[in-house]
Amino acid sequence: MIELQNVSKEFDLRNESAFHALKNVSLSIRKGSIFGIIGRSGAGKSTLVRLINLLEIPTSGTVRVGGVDMTSLSPVELRVARRKIGMIFQGFNLLSSRSVADNVAFPLELEGRGSDEIKGRVSELLELVDLSGKKDEYPAQLSGGQKQRVGIARALAANPDILLCDEATSALDPQTTTEVLALLKEINRKLGLTVVLITHEMSVIKEICEEVVVLDRGEVVESGAVFQVFTRPQSPVTRALVAGVMNQEIPPHFAALDFLQEPEGDCGLLVRVSFLGDTAAEPIISGMVRRFGIDVNILYGAIDHIQGVPFGTLIVELSGNGSRNAALDYLKNLNLGLEVIGYVRRNLESSL
Amino acid sequence: MSAVIWNLLFKSFGETLYMIGLSGLLACLGGIPLGVLLYATVPGGLMPRPWLNRIVGFVVNAARSTPFIILMVALLPFTRFVVGRSIGTTAAIVPLAFAALPFMSRLVESALKEVEPGVIEAAQAMGASPWQIVCKVLFPESVPGLLRGVTLMLVNLVGYSAMAGVVGGGGLGDVAIRFGHQRFRPDVMVVTVVIMIAMVQVIQGTGDALARCVQRRRGLED
Ligand SMILES: Nc1ncnc2c1ncn2[C@@H]1O[C@H](COP(=O)(O)OP(=O)(O)O)[C@@H](O)[C@H]1O
Ligand SMILES: [Mg+2]
Repeated sequence: MIELQNVSKEFDLRNESAFHALKNVSLSIRKGSIFGIIGRSGAGKSTLVRLINLLEIPTSGTVRVGGVDMTSLSPVELRVARRKIGMIFQGFNLLSSRSVADNVAFPLELEGRGSDEIKGRVSELLELVDLSGKKDEYPAQLSGGQKQRVGIARALAANPDILLCDEATSALDPQTTTEVLALLKEINRKLGLTVVLITHEMSVIKEICEEVVVLDRGEVVESGAVFQVFTRPQSPVTRALVAGVMNQEIPPHFAALDFLQEPEGDCGLLVRVSFLGDTAAEPIISGMVRRFGIDVNILYGAIDHIQGVPFGTLIVELSGNGSRNAALDYLKNLNLGLEVIGYVRRNLESSL
Repeated sequence: MSAVIWNLLFKSFGETLYMIGLSGLLACLGGIPLGVLLYATVPGGLMPRPWLNRIVGFVVNAARSTPFIILMVALLPFTRFVVGRSIGTTAAIVPLAFAALPFMSRLVESALKEVEPGVIEAAQAMGASPWQIVCKVLFPESVPGLLRGVTLMLVNLVGYSAMAGVVGGGGLGDVAIRFGHQRFRPDVMVVTVVIMIAMVQVIQGTGDALARCVQRRRGLED
């Protein structure tokens, strides 16, 4: 649906130099998917989505939407193509001079639709975003969440194939964010719209995106299924971004311990086990105890949900006389995420 | 004061209204498109044409800095060409419109600049043409600012129109000079000045009320 190939964007600065906002970005977004873009502020996220509808012209590289090279279009063709790409904004950007209904009618007027057709379509859209009762009010009279729902209705008016969301929930409170996300998800499911979503709220990505790309200083540092990227972040940037929502970091009171690389006297082995889906923790632990004659002490446990699928993390201490290596192999064979943290002396309990 | 003088005042009031009304209308007709041009052609604007912008901007500034009295005299040949004569109330409208037009264009430009860039960008993202952006976004969004601009321009015209006597334009200002000043009639002077103050008050009050009314209708406090 959307295909970016080696796209770079430079902004000319006043002092003759250029600022590389995007460097050699390639990505492809599947039709009908919800695609997330994350990264720190200034990473180039907005520039990236604005390239999709050519609000920014790429310095080099190609932008294809639905197989069409956007940069090859004439101004008139570009306007027609843009009608198939809806966009919503952090600041809503509604027309203060128009009522709710007339804001939603705006893109239809641009297309030159008849007033009866517009009326029908507008009431249909207001129904969808649950704002039928507010149709004659003005944007200034609405709450943030209501404004964004008008924005969504307006973006959908011309039946686009793609919806671009630039920090669309960043100005909203958590409750409203949840509502707006639910609406986006519903639209994606009902209308088969491809949704591209920028956010700095990782919980948003976790909740509704299927794939995600991580941008840092204009470069793609990581991309893939949200599950993959969030549970196995590779780059420090990604790790920092997802830390808040993924419980990926070792809890601070463990991090403060003295870890040994090699076993030394009476010590325990600290391991982090992560598991996806319905793998239950209990049989794993009792399995290890039974089979290998070791003691398993659960020190920390957390379960996360990514789009409804549980993702669990356990930090356990393996001790006792049994074979710890055999136990680790056993865990590996169960296809669990496994990370050996290190050995700690057995006075652990007292130090915690 | 005699009935003759009251009649004269009445007639002059009509002339003043006629001069302000018609020159104000002409200033709007010319100043609004020119203001849009100034707004749209800046670098990074809707239709960047830096050179055109610089040239038009220079001409507008030059016209605005020319004293009205000089503008009136300098335009005499042009006025004769357009109106057929260079003396009289109608003839006075030409320099009045010429003085108000560049001022109006700057007022329009600054009213348009108040429109949030995000809203324009949203319209662009929806596939609006520059022309559609002007008509469906810029003008409607800036109605309160435009109303305030028109108000300011008309108030200025009240002052300029008082000088129209120089080209035989008549009007209240002319009465004030010829009767009040030259024939030592302070009562006439006071009445003309009071009428002009009242006109300014009415124009300003109406303009402000209209702008506020639009703001309120949109749920915006000002
Ligand atoms: N029109 C512009 N001119 C110059 N620099 C720009 C422009 N737009 C964005 N930038 C710069 O490009 C970088 C990326 O901006 P942006 O895409 O808005 O980041 P993000 O949305 O990730 O916060 C920022 O450093 C910003 O200052
Ligand atoms: Mg941004």
